[in-house]
Amino acid sequence: MKVTNWKAADSSKEKSTATMGKFYGGAVTYKWNWDQVAQAFWQRYPNPYSKHVLTEDILSRHVEGNRLYTRRLMIKTNPVPKWGERFIPSSARNMCILEESVVDASSRTITTYTRNIAMQNVMNVEEKCVYRVNPENNRWTVCEKYAWVTSSVFGFGSAIQAYGIDRFRKNATKATRGYEFVLERLFMPVLHQQLSSRDKLKDKAIKVAQAAKDKAKDSISTARPQPS
Amino acid sequence: MLPTEMNSVGDECLELKKAYEECFNKWFSEKFLKGQTEDTCAPMFRVYQDCVKKAVKERKLDLWELEKSVLGTEKEKKVPDGSEK
Repeated sequence: MKVTNWKAADSSKEKSTATMGKFYGGAVTYKWNWDQVAQAFWQRYPNPYSKHVLTEDILSRHVEGNRLYTRRLMIKTNPVPKWGERFIPSSARNMCILEESVVDASSRTITTYTRNIAMQNVMNVEEKCVYRVNPENNRWTVCEKYAWVTSSVFGFGSAIQAYGIDRFRKNATKATRGYEFVLERLFMPVLHQQLSSRDKLKDKAIKVAQAAKDKAKDSISTARPQPS
Repeated sequence: MLPTEMNSVGDECLELKKAYEECFNKWFSEKFLKGQTEDTCAPMFRVYQDCVKKAVKERKLDLWELEKSVLGTEKEKKVPDGSEK
């Protein structure tokens, strides 16, 4: 199984200032060549880690020289924590995400800029990624990621930003796993099938274990002696 | 089974989307990445795009925001000093 690493904690940067909100920077290495990563970029969804992505559409696309410019719209479910419900109306529980991208076939880079549309006042997340050939190993691809989370909700801004950056980090991990999954499906189909069935077995084993645990808990709580 | 395709913002656009993406993925890997940049899937894209535009309007999504460009403009957020590499 390919291992994807976030850079060690000391090289990923997190900053917070009054004017820019929270900033996050990090890098992911894919052990796939740039051409493979580029092809998978357009076939990333669906994958087992993208169940929150409901729709995906290309809004516009054009070629200029060796560059492909694309705007991609995604609608995602937007789970809101209990304390956030007062800021976010239930009608806005689905979030529109716009991704602008440029694929440069001559310099072998993909640059993406992704942001949420609507409710930017409550929480605005902007992410920039640059995928390029790994300078230390040209059979691999490195993706540098930067994210900015801002909120202008008076008095709650910093709590919302902290929540936002935490969710960003979790979602970034999911996105990387999903990307790996798609790369394996596209370029190592036989191994991919074996892995998927192994994962399925593992899932099943976990579920059975959890059910047994729950049952055990139930019987313990019912068996607990009542205070007299 | 895991679905192998994504939904479209408009259900009525799904078939057009699938047809276009099939053309695009082939073109992207076999032509574009090899330096042949004439977009031979453009006619299929236009049909699909018309459908998506209508669907986006019907859903009252913020068209102005969707058409705004940030990448490559001054509106891009900046990496704070001292965070580069």
